[in-house]
Amino acid sequence: MTVAVRTVGIRKRFGDHEVLKGIDLEVSHGEVLCILGPSGSGKSTLLRCINHLEVPDGGYAWVDGQIIGYDLQGDRLHELPVRRLRAQQSQLGMVFQHFNLFAHRTVLGNVIEGPMVVRRLPREAAVKRAMELLDMVGMAEKAGAWPSQLSGGQKQRVAIARALAMEPRVMLFDEPTSALDPELVGEVLEVMRRLAASGTTMIVVTHEIGFAREVADRVVVMIDGEIRESGPAAQVLADPADPRVRSFLGRVLARPSENTTENTQQRG
Amino acid sequence: MTSTPPVPALPPPDLPVRRLRHPGRWIAGALVVLVLGLLLWAFAVGKIRWPIVGEFLTAPVILKGFGWTLLITLCALVLGIVLGFAFGMMRLSANPVLRFASWLYVWVFRGTPVLLQLLIWFNIALIFPRLYIPGLVDMKMVEAVTPFVAAVLGLGVNEGSYLTEVVRGGIGSVDRGQVEAANTLGMTPGQTMRRIVLPQTMRLILPVLGNSAVGMLKFSSLAATIAMTEMLNAAQRIYFINGAVIELLFVCAIWYLAGTTVLSIGQYYLERHFGRSAGGRA
Ligand SMILES: Nc1ncnc2c1ncn2[C@@H]1O[C@H](COP(=O)(O)OP(=O)(O)O)[C@@H](O)[C@H]1O
Ligand SMILES: [Mg+2]
Repeated sequence: MTVAVRTVGIRKRFGDHEVLKGIDLEVSHGEVLCILGPSGSGKSTLLRCINHLEVPDGGYAWVDGQIIGYDLQGDRLHELPVRRLRAQQSQLGMVFQHFNLFAHRTVLGNVIEGPMVVRRLPREAAVKRAMELLDMVGMAEKAGAWPSQLSGGQKQRVAIARALAMEPRVMLFDEPTSALDPELVGEVLEVMRRLAASGTTMIVVTHEIGFAREVADRVVVMIDGEIRESGPAAQVLADPADPRVRSFLGRVLARPSENTTENTQQRG
Repeated sequence: MTSTPPVPALPPPDLPVRRLRHPGRWIAGALVVLVLGLLLWAFAVGKIRWPIVGEFLTAPVILKGFGWTLLITLCALVLGIVLGFAFGMMRLSANPVLRFASWLYVWVFRGTPVLLQLLIWFNIALIFPRLYIPGLVDMKMVEAVTPFVAAVLGLGVNEGSYLTEVVRGGIGSVDRGQVEAANTLGMTPGQTMRRIVLPQTMRLILPVLGNSAVGMLKFSSLAATIAMTEMLNAAQRIYFINGAVIELLFVCAIWYLAGTTVLSIGQYYLERHFGRSAGGRA
């Protein structure tokens, strides 16, 4: 398989706090990578450095032949002007923990915004594609609803459709189910599971061990800004070498996981 | 065997109910009606010549003055909104020089009385006798800054300093996450501002803009002091001659009330339009 995303020595610090200490990752086309790790270990910061919502202090992300945020000229990286940066960012779909739907747009309006404004699709084409995507996430009937009228799970499914509408090369998920009531987690994971099955390249920060075990091709565990463990899900989850990873996973696995396949089938 | 406790005989569910009376409300209502009636009577028999009020209500001079009042209000409001948005966005800029300029603007124009500002604009020729922009304008300042221009500048620039703070607060209150979502969709800063931030800011600042419009309509009467023949000034010129002071002031009051009423109605519909995404409606 060919490499889709590569992070090369990404470092980031906030003040005195070194949040990312040089992250090297590789994700192949169609691969699903789950990032696990305790809160504050730098998972969100890593995703945000990949799509340049944060500018890394060192290193860079490489996606399908492009260095995100920079232009390589000779032996120097030149910072891209904002328009070209945005063009790159539009190819990295991002799903946020808190959905971040546009509150003044309907469900459909949220999904067609990017295609119409950024890709300059005519409205009819954007709507047609948006309805297909909303259908895919089970939200077609709510196309005319306002975000404030939706449950958290519904909002997140719309947010996924919105990101997909840009036809991104890779989808980044930052704890997409962490802000949801437990009974709504399953419907979002189900959509993500289908995405994974359809061959989408995905990087997923999550605490849903069941999802990682079932869907991830590979799992990495981050602790204190470093990748401490990396490998196939079964191996990392069952037999981590690093003692700190073992203790972290021990704590997470001790929590009852309610969202395995069996009870996500009966969703509303 | 189960032995349920004895149930007392309960009345049937459809008994008539005698509602509580509220004599206090009736008394308070009657008192207020009485006071209003007394006021009406007082004004009816007071020394106001109502026929004169009626006569001047639609007098051409007054109507023309009211036209100027409306025009000053509109122009000053537009200028204030433009300045408010420009300086409000500057205040949130990454550039410290722009932030400082915005702060300075607000500091100066919010820190001095608007009447004083009007007088300074009107007399600006004393500082700058000529208005000279190479290739564009070259004229005497007294000719450029007519009473109308001074009124619009004075009221508009002052209003802009208030709206700067309002716009800054409005933009600041739009969820950062939505801006990031727009960034990841590939929207440029300009597109994000126009399509995501400002529409949501509008919902928050529309009530303030409505109040600004109402306030501006009333403050435009200050232009009477710089020889601008808006409505109040026109009325004064008439009553200096015919002595019908109260009658003409009442004519103005009626027109101002009409204007502010129309503005309030417009504000209601605008707020409803921009508030529609607030939810609750399917
Ligand atoms: N914008 C920021 N400014 C300062 N500190 C930050 C910022 N963003 C994140 N941090 C800090 O960086 C660390 C890692 O945060 P984060 O990447 O959100 O961790 P995680 O997603 O793994 O919980 C935390 O200690 C957090 O407080
Ligand atoms: Mg996080």
